[in-house]
Order: sequence, then C-alpha cells, then structure tokens
Amino acid sequence: METVENTSAELLAFEARLAKDEVIEPKDWMPADYAKTLLRQISQHAHSEVIGMQPEGNWVLRAPTYRAKKILLAKIQDEGGHGLYLYSAAETLGMDRAQMIEQLHQGKAKYSSIFNYPALNWADIGAIGWLVDGAAIVNQVSLQRTSFGPYARAMVRICMEESFHQRQGYEIMVRMMRGNAEQRQMAQDAMNRWWWPALMMFGPHDKDSAHTQQSMKWKIKRQSNDVLRQRFIDKTIPQAHFIGLNVPDPDLKYDEENKSYQIGEINWAEFQQVICGNGFCNHARLSHHKKVHREGEWVRQAAAAFSVKQKQKQQDLATAMA
Amino acid sequence: MNNNENLYQFLLRCADDNLIAGQRMAEWCSNGPILEEDLAMVNISLDFLGQSESFMEYAASLDTTGKTSDDLAFGRSEREYYNHLLVEQPNDDFAVSMVKLLFFSAFQKELYTALMEGKDERIAAISAKAVKEARYHYRHASDWFERLALGTDESLRRLTYAVEELWPFTENLFETDEVYNSLFAEQIVPDMKSIREKWMTTMREVFSNGGVDIPANVHMYAGGINGYHTEHLGHLLCEMQYLHHAHPGAQW
Amino acid sequence: MSENKNDQLPLWEVFIQKSNGAPIKHAGSIHASDKEMALQNARDIYTRRNEGRLLWLVPSNAIVATVIEDEADFFDPADDKPYRHPSFYEVPEGVTNI
Repeated sequence: METVENTSAELLAFEARLAKDEVIEPKDWMPADYAKTLLRQISQHAHSEVIGMQPEGNWVLRAPTYRAKKILLAKIQDEGGHGLYLYSAAETLGMDRAQMIEQLHQGKAKYSSIFNYPALNWADIGAIGWLVDGAAIVNQVSLQRTSFGPYARAMVRICMEESFHQRQGYEIMVRMMRGNAEQRQMAQDAMNRWWWPALMMFGPHDKDSAHTQQSMKWKIKRQSNDVLRQRFIDKTIPQAHFIGLNVPDPDLKYDEENKSYQIGEINWAEFQQVICGNGFCNHARLSHHKKVHREGEWVRQAAAAFSVKQKQKQQDLATAMA
Repeated sequence: MNNNENLYQFLLRCADDNLIAGQRMAEWCSNGPILEEDLAMVNISLDFLGQSESFMEYAASLDTTGKTSDDLAFGRSEREYYNHLLVEQPNDDFAVSMVKLLFFSAFQKELYTALMEGKDERIAAISAKAVKEARYHYRHASDWFERLALGTDESLRRLTYAVEELWPFTENLFETDEVYNSLFAEQIVPDMKSIREKWMTTMREVFSNGGVDIPANVHMYAGGINGYHTEHLGHLLCEMQYLHHAHPGAQW
Repeated sequence: MSENKNDQLPLWEVFIQKSNGAPIKHAGSIHASDKEMALQNARDIYTRRNEGRLLWLVPSNAIVATVIEDEADFFDPADDKPYRHPSFYEVPEGVTNI
C-alpha cells in the first residue's frame, strides 16, 4: 500500500484503471484515502460478522431440535468464518487483526448497529436469518463487484456460503406461523422488533450519507443505500404476507404502477442513538467481546510460546547434528 | 417400550454421550480464544451432534410408542439420561475443555474402531463414519495438550488443574453392567478391558510427550450409564430443553 | 511468518486441491502458531463444504510477489510471441489430426 502524497499522474492512472473496471490489488498504488476508506469499511464489516455471532449464540444452546441446533451452529460458524475472511482482506492493507480488534475495543472501529438489539425469543433467530441476513445479502451481492480485489473475492465466497442463511431464517418463521397461537405471537413479536432495524442496516438516505458519494466514485460501493434498501423491501414484504405476518408500518403503501412498496418514515433518531453507542446492547456486545478476548489471552500466549520452543528445539537438533 | 431393551439402552448411552459432549462444546460458539479455534470447536460440536442423532434415530426406531429422536433428546429428564459423567462436566476454561476432549476422543476412537467389527450392522456403519471424526478430535485435543503442557507456566498450571479435575471421571468410561455384558455376549460390543488398555497406552504417550504426570491413587466415580449424575447435567438439560418445557406440545 | 508481536498468531496462506489431479489453488489465509495448527485451522475454515482433498500451508511472509510496477516489464514481452500458440500456424486444408 502506497501512502505518500498523491502525485497527479499516479492518481490519474488509478482513476483510469477504475474507469476500465479494473480490480485494484493490495500492492498496487492507491490514494491514501481509498485505502483508509476500505480499511474502515472492511474492518467494520469483519467486526459485524464476529459481533453478530452473539445474538444468535444466545440461542444456540436452546435450539429446540437436532436439526435446528445443527443449522444454527453451522450458521454462526459461517459468520465467524466470514469475519475471518474479511479480517484477512483488511490485513492485505497493512493492518493486522490484533490492531483491528484493539480499535474495536477502543470504540474507534464500528460494527453494524443491528447487533445492538437483543434476541429475545426463538422466532428472533428466524427473523435474524430472514431479515438481517436478507438485508446483508442484498448489500453483499452488490459488493462482489467492489473495486478492491481481496474484498471482492471475500464477498464472492461469503455470498456463496450465506445463500442458506436467509432460507433457514424464513423456514423458522414459516414453522412458527404454522404452529400454535403462542408461536405465531412470538413470530409477529420478532417481526415487529426486527423490521425497522433491518431497514436501517442500509444506512442513511443517499442525500444524508457522508460516505456514499466518494465510495461510489471509487467503486468501493456499487449501489446506493436507498436503491439497495428498496430492493430488500420489495422482495421481503411479499414473503411476510405469504405466511401471514404483518409489516409493522401503518404508512405502508403499494405502488401498483412501479410494482414497489413505499414505506413510512424510518426513525433516524433511534438509528443515531444506536450508532452513538446508546443502543440496548452496545455495551453488552462490546464487553462480551473484550471478556472473551481477555480470557483467551493465556491460550494465545501458550501457543506462541510453544512454537518458539519448538523452533529452538529444531535448531538445537540441527546444531547437534552438524 | 421397545423391542430390544439392552440394545436400546446402549444406543441411548452412545446418543447421550455425544449430545451432551456436543452441547458442552457448543458453549464455545462465539467464545473461543481465537477466531480459528472458535470455528474448530463448532466443527467438533457438529460432529458430536451428528453422531448423537444417528444413534438416537436408531434408538427411536426400536421404540414402539412412536417417539422420534427429538422426543428422546428433548423429552427425558436427568434421571433418564445415560451419558458418562465426564462429558457433562462444565467447561470452566479452555484447558478443561481440551483435556475433556482428549479423554473422550481417545475413548471414542477405540470404541468405534471395535464397534465397526461388531455384529450389529447399523452400529458398525455409524461407527465407521464416526471413527474418522473421533480420530480428528483426538488429534486436535492431543496437539493442544502438548501446546498447553509445554507453553507457558500459566498454561501448564491450568492444564494440570484440568487433568486433576477430570481424571476421576475417566474410569467411568469403561464401566460395564448387565446391559453391556449381554451385548458383549451377543458380540455387538467389544471387551471393555481391551478398550481401556488401548486408552491407557494412548494416555501414557500423550502425558509423556507433555511431561505431565498421570494422576495416581485418586478416587474414581461411577454412574452416568445408570441415570445417576453429577448436579451439572440438570442445568445443561434445563437450558437445552427450555422451549419444550415452556411450550409443551409445540412443534418446532 | 511474521513474529507474534500482535497477539493473533502468525499469518499463513491456504492452498487447496479440490480433487485428485486438480491444480492447487489459493483459497485465503488463517492465523496459527505452528504447522499442525495451521493445517487444522485451514481444514476447519476452508473445507467445511467439501472444498478440498489436499491442503498446502505457506507462511505468508515466505510468499514472493510481483507488483503492478513490474507488470509491463515482466509480462508485456510475452505479448508479441504468437508463435508459441498453435493458432499461429497454417495448416493446409484437408489435413486432420494435427
């Protein structure tokens, strides 16, 4: 990664490459801000995957059947794997994983606000898969064409692996809606609590988004927040109606002409509160991550110390043989 | 009610061992010391659950009241669970979990290897698949045993504690009773004494590689396979069966 | 591999052969403190969906790579040597099996 001041010739060459839809590789010249934006976005994405393991992890020991337990474990494991792919992609820009984790712990790096809501009943696991993963997938499919090679390649793998996540979530919702009155009530309760936060996952409206324009220009982001959000709305609402779930939006309208739904106003004050750290679970998620990291330290130290001793032993052996 | 009481009992023991081991390992999900190890432990948990389900389905097929594998897993109390005492012990820390996995996987790999030669074809088939997983678990656990033994003072201290805590539950793995002996007479299950010998040989090797002493003269606990458990199991089941208790009769 | 200054263990590159006889391709990276851990971590992370039958692990800092500035000097000279490709040659009509 090149971080010296942009000379215009290099910048022009870089922009020309982007114009040709070329993919930028880690050792290629790139403007410092491009690298910085990527690092911010990829590490945030990685942290989101890892923090996202927590609300689902909250239910993994209570999953009600063999099938549900295996699926949920495999899904949470995927999230961890995706965090890992993304950390690796970010590491190609010269920041190692330990630094990224440190930034997360210091509050300098963010993760998706959606995980600052609690998972309160089993239907929440359905709603998370269906709505949260559903929203993430819309975004991630678009990111497969992002201009930075390692990020784009991680996205391709992630999208392929996540293809079952949304389905498993919807399947839980279907089963709950076909179950008894209590189960239907739980499903609707989950829908009521996750619908709006899922819509907020796409970020502020385009006109209010600080990062969108530059990111679009650099082809880091390929489609705008509002375009992606609308795509999600239009494909998800019919799925809700199909199983008898109400969309918790009194202002929801269907535009026959454009075959598209118009939603009511998103509560941006709530969005800002959660981003600022005042969400219901902000503190809990971060302190859990810190605790686990701290508790794992002696294990990492032991592994590192063992490796040093092994190498020393091999060297001694080689010296003795010589 | 079922068609073959002894076989049914033995299948439940195998199914319960794996289910409880899988549930304990799943506690590490999103709590691992490093992301890579988190994923590795979930893989191990998934292997256990898969093995448990295979045995539980076989057990359910002998049940004449139409119970499913889920009914058996989520509908029995701690007095009706027949897993060994080792697997229900709490995780406490990473060293405890790895030592538990070492003891258990070394046992499973010998047991499955022998069951593959047994007269019950379905058990032999399940074992043939499961033995590969058990061997991999053993490899993972024995590597960690060595790393923790030879790593830092702290890791050695924790490892030693884990060994002292868990060793008293190891003799229980080889306990036999009328159920087992009758299946042994039918040549469905192997001679437990030979399994124990092989297991001890493995342990001597692993402990010697790590420079750790095998505990001597400790009291060994018996139970588990007869439904008599440590108090830990009740809490584990309480959590695992929560939805079934909160919403009786609901389908998931 | 970089030393363990960072508390996350050294970085390794993972290469996977999908099936017997197939080329061994780069799949991603993992962190691990020793060779055996590297192999197991790669197995647990990159072959969960039957992606491979064989793994190669290489410490990341052992990789030597070209950079974009090398591209022209390294690779352009191959551009004007079409005689290395069979399509360069004329074969009289009616001749087969060549």
